[in-house]
Amino acid sequence: MTLVGNGVRGDFMSDSADLALLSVVKEFGAHRAVDSVTFDVAPGEFFSILGPSGCGKTTLMRMIAGFEHPTSGDIRIRGKSMLAVPANKRPVNMVFQSLALFPMMSVGENVGYGLACAGVDKIEAGQRITRILDRVGLAGFEDRPVTKLSGGQRQRVAIARCLVLEPTLVLLDEPLGALDLKLREHMKLELKQLQAAFNTTFLYITHDQSEALVMSDRVAVMNKGRFEQVGSPRELYHNPLTSFVAGFVGDANVWNGSTFGAQATGLGIKLSTGAALVGAGSGSGAVSAYLRPEAIALAAVPGELSSLPNRFAGTVSTVLFDGAASTLVIKAEGFPHLRATLPQAGPLAGIMAGAPIGFGFAPEALKIFPA
Amino acid sequence: MTALPSSERSLFAEKLGLFLLLAPAVLWLGVLVILPHVEIAVLSFSERIAPRVYAFGFGNYLEFLGEPIYWRTFARTAFLSILVTLITLVISFPVALYIAKFASGKSKPLLFLMCLIPFWASELVRTLGWMMMLRETGVLSFLLQKAGLASGPVEMLYNDASVVLGLVYGGMLFMIVPLTNALESLETAQIEAGYDLGGSHLTVLRRIIIPHAMPGIVAGSIVVFMLTVGNFVTPVMLGGKNGLWFTEQIYSQFITRFNWPQGSAFGFMLLLLSTVIVWLGLRLTGQGFAETLRKA
Ligand SMILES: Nc1ncnc2c1ncn2[C@@H]1O[C@H](COP(=O)(O)OP(=O)(O)O)[C@@H](O)[C@H]1O
Ligand SMILES: [Mg+2]
Repeated sequence: MTLVGNGVRGDFMSDSADLALLSVVKEFGAHRAVDSVTFDVAPGEFFSILGPSGCGKTTLMRMIAGFEHPTSGDIRIRGKSMLAVPANKRPVNMVFQSLALFPMMSVGENVGYGLACAGVDKIEAGQRITRILDRVGLAGFEDRPVTKLSGGQRQRVAIARCLVLEPTLVLLDEPLGALDLKLREHMKLELKQLQAAFNTTFLYITHDQSEALVMSDRVAVMNKGRFEQVGSPRELYHNPLTSFVAGFVGDANVWNGSTFGAQATGLGIKLSTGAALVGAGSGSGAVSAYLRPEAIALAAVPGELSSLPNRFAGTVSTVLFDGAASTLVIKAEGFPHLRATLPQAGPLAGIMAGAPIGFGFAPEALKIFPA
Repeated sequence: MTALPSSERSLFAEKLGLFLLLAPAVLWLGVLVILPHVEIAVLSFSERIAPRVYAFGFGNYLEFLGEPIYWRTFARTAFLSILVTLITLVISFPVALYIAKFASGKSKPLLFLMCLIPFWASELVRTLGWMMMLRETGVLSFLLQKAGLASGPVEMLYNDASVVLGLVYGGMLFMIVPLTNALESLETAQIEAGYDLGGSHLTVLRRIIIPHAMPGIVAGSIVVFMLTVGNFVTPVMLGGKNGLWFTEQIYSQFITRFNWPQGSAFGFMLLLLSTVIVWLGLRLTGQGFAETLRKA
């Protein structure tokens, strides 16, 4: 499962994959909503597509579900092309962004709808409905109207309605978008557990990087209709291949500058605000540099950071206390604006605004991309 | 100590406001709807026992039951009105579904306008249009002969089919508007979910689209049925002598025979017919009247 470049894989094993897309393009008039997307999803995998709103995620998913037809390219499920198969005959089921539960039906009827369509007899359908509701934690909810459920319960009905049909692939289009923050955090874990328990392949789309990173085996980062990078959450976080991925996945300080040549420890750049840094990357001329707040080492005295080629002194301008996610905003000569994670266990935990501070980072932590 | 506590005072003000708000509607209902009906009801129970002498009695209703032409016309009107309502529903449903769910934003008002345009002309003129199309020397007859499908002039007027046709045409708009309203609130994702979970066109229509459109179906059907039962111009013009419609009987009692008590009894029968059929329709579809009005 190695990745070569921009989401294009050298060894394409579409036959052993549950889902494979080959150079799929979708145009709406002159607008290319999905631009030559190629990827595959292995059986049992939790695969996410992460991208900003309007980048083409929903369009891509609707093509897989069968509601849109690709302008060109092929979509295969277990090796079989789906282009000629209508939506109601595809072995995929979708959890819609709005959930799209049927409001005039009870929970049991919602879950049983697909079984009735498949011609499963009443007795067996009843048993399967009971079993699936039990597994998603809604035992005994058969006769409840769906309009009387809480957000999380409605979510589970939408998922049960798909899983009861035992599809090859479940598509989820930002299903947590409508939930409040607390419930969203909870459902994230629950979805992951459900997927593991059913061992069903999930294709999940979201604009929320935390959802994608927490739940997925692999994530594709999508921008303007294209896949920028496909990889494990760790790969994307630690080794972004493009400037967009570095900026979109995780939090980062983003600086503009220009290169001034290779140094012993990496590529030398000078920020537009004046500081000279050494980082990792390629390019010459104008560049963007990305540095994660938690990659910055802090010290009360700059001398403690002597092992780091990039080390500077500044003053604390603001302390943003947020428990484990507390950050410092540091003002330093040559830097525009710099945020560093403040460990709550270390000696600096009680630092106040105005205090002098030393900071530094390894060259590998500063990712440099051509601007 | 005469001042009311503030909560009671505001309640009183609220009631007064409500009363003032409802006053025009109550007046309108009283003067134009209830009073005439009370008048008609009273009139319908008066029998003429001698010239210009009237007494209370059920004679007008017995007359209705005793004379086959009356109750047959009555039954015929009821049956054809139900038929017209059903045909209107079946034709309007796909049109409304298309306007509500498939037409693009720009073509939607245009399509609505096209449904509305025929109603700029009066019912009389619209029906005359149909007469020109359907009569022996009319457009359709001419075209059929030209195409070699008919050897001589074809008369398509003055039968039940032409009456039904005209009534359906006149009722379509009143069916399309509530249906479109009801269907517009159906989330497209629900239709898609219906297909996604394996439903055929028929399943999606039967289990998702129609249940959602039910308030619109009921509201549209009630309006079309009432308009049809009470129609006068279309059955007279397109049905001719054969197009017996109950409103014609009422007209002839009031105007031709000058037998107002008999006409009132007929009018009351018609009101009863509308009420019973609407009530049955609501019962059969399991819809509440208030709920239907609210949603439509
Ligand atoms: N049916 C359509 N007709 C025209 N443009 C569309 C249609 N569906 C989506 N688009 C356009 O395609 C782009 C991608 O949309 P979408 O796939 O919904 O993005 P996302 O789900 O990532 O937010 C948007 O610019 C959107 O306006
Ligand atoms: Mg979307």
